[in-house]
Amino acid sequence: MKLSTQDVEYVAKLARLEFTDAQKEKFTVQLNNILIYIEKLGELDTTGIAPMSHAIAVSNAFREDVERPSLGTKATLANAPDARGEFFRVPKVID
Amino acid sequence: MELHQLTIHELQKLIQNGEVSSTQITRSVFSRIDEVEERIHSYIRLMKDEALAAAARADEDIKNGNIRPLTGIPVALKDIVCTKGITTTCGSNILHNFVPPYDATVVEKLSAAGAVFVGKANMDEFAMGSSTETSFFGPTRNPWDLERIPGGSSGGSATAVAADECIASIGSDTGGSIRQPAALCGVVGLKPTYGRVSRFGLIAFASSLDQIGPFTKDVEDCAIMMNVLAGYDPRESTSVKMEVPDYRQFISRDISGWKVGIPKEYFVEGIDPEVSAAINGAIDTVKKCGGQCIDISLPHTQYSVAVYYIIAPAEASSNLARYDGVKYGFRASGERDLMEMYRKTRMEGFGEEVKRRIMIGTYALSAGYYDAYYGKASQVRALIRRDFDEAFRECDIILTPTTPTPAFKIGEKTDDPLQMYLSDIFTISTNLAGIPGISVPCGFTAAGLPIGVQFLAGHFEEGKLLQIASAFEKNAAIEKRRPSL
Repeated sequence: MKLSTQDVEYVAKLARLEFTDAQKEKFTVQLNNILIYIEKLGELDTTGIAPMSHAIAVSNAFREDVERPSLGTKATLANAPDARGEFFRVPKVID
Repeated sequence: MELHQLTIHELQKLIQNGEVSSTQITRSVFSRIDEVEERIHSYIRLMKDEALAAAARADEDIKNGNIRPLTGIPVALKDIVCTKGITTTCGSNILHNFVPPYDATVVEKLSAAGAVFVGKANMDEFAMGSSTETSFFGPTRNPWDLERIPGGSSGGSATAVAADECIASIGSDTGGSIRQPAALCGVVGLKPTYGRVSRFGLIAFASSLDQIGPFTKDVEDCAIMMNVLAGYDPRESTSVKMEVPDYRQFISRDISGWKVGIPKEYFVEGIDPEVSAAINGAIDTVKKCGGQCIDISLPHTQYSVAVYYIIAPAEASSNLARYDGVKYGFRASGERDLMEMYRKTRMEGFGEEVKRRIMIGTYALSAGYYDAYYGKASQVRALIRRDFDEAFRECDIILTPTTPTPAFKIGEKTDDPLQMYLSDIFTISTNLAGIPGISVPCGFTAAGLPIGVQFLAGHFEEGKLLQIASAFEKNAAIEKRRPSL
């Protein structure tokens, strides 16, 4: 096993997810199967191959620094689960 | 023939001759929806009132002689493209109540071309899936066999076209999500070159792979849709500033003397014998059109699924970090503090496949594993692209099956994620390399399930794809069938 149930718990914490014990067990098995399959990449010698992060050659897309209208506060807050005045409202951050 | 059964170019002639109105076409499409939608579930949301209003405006335009490329044509949109004022869910509970404040660029372009929007099509949650079974709103069924999946993730967009619940539709393709359902539902589906169509307003899954494209009833309609969709967008930093040809000029052109590469790695064990036979038939048709078929090799094909299932989840885990219950969408209730609110919102808001991919991606990017997974995958991705670059020095086009098997049964692969991932084995490397691909119907199994052939071309060679697809369609003489519903 590449990945233990403890690893699953740790990764879940990083990803801001939470699982029941049954889900953790299922995910441990499934994620291990996927990682074992992915290991086949180890067969290839990739020494000196430059990694590819874009499908096509891209460079920075600059534009003129001119002011453009934005959505505005009302439209921006319209989808918020909780808002008050000009702000998004969230549960307590600090005790 | 009913109006909803016709193609864009057939309807355009009728509109231009004043024989039908957009209102008549739109009503015909909605009466078809009333008849079959309950069994298929192509749509998450129908837009009947908006559609009839748009059709009335189109009829005004027609009366005034203002006929644009899609005036009055009913088009479905995958529920992954933002529509101003119309709920856009991405197939997820976490966005079930999200009302975008703006339109995606493709929506603006289709609107400006006169299209009438029928509704928002069903899809796998966040486009993660190959069967449309992971949608929060329930699965879509294949019109050719209601016990089977339509493919995915753009399953609803494919079935809406196949079952005549719209005239054409929009999907998105990250690892095959347009071409695979097009093949399994017997319609035409094109994934453009990365950068050819703006992704502004497309809800992000894996940003280096995602691309928007059309589903249509035939190849000429595909060219008409591409004329509307393609082009540079200053709001999208990876969209490419490059002239867009008139794609219709490639329809019905000769392909004599073209070299068509057949990659041996795509004809391996695991391919269904009926699919194999249909693809051999497609190769014969290409020869009949004057194409010269040559054997080629894409040696890193067998690694594409492994590369994809590192890169796509890694990008997804980053893109989906924005769903935290603060700015839009679903928020879980009863939380004690901010951290618990995040966790509960994401636990209740995301489905299982999305969580699985967030977990794979987070793990692959986590400290100590980055080089072994993401770094390695990005290097192999470069090798996959190099395979294509070398192949296109020898040939104009590559021909492959779109999928290894016809549509599988609903529920058949839901418990085995890896088997589900392997159903995209012939479509994934296209996205990794950023090249365009099209799936065109090439026959049926004995049980009456559609089979698709895939053509691939070099970057920005969509014209070539349409040219060979159109020649193929004309000469293949595939029996015109409609699903019996």
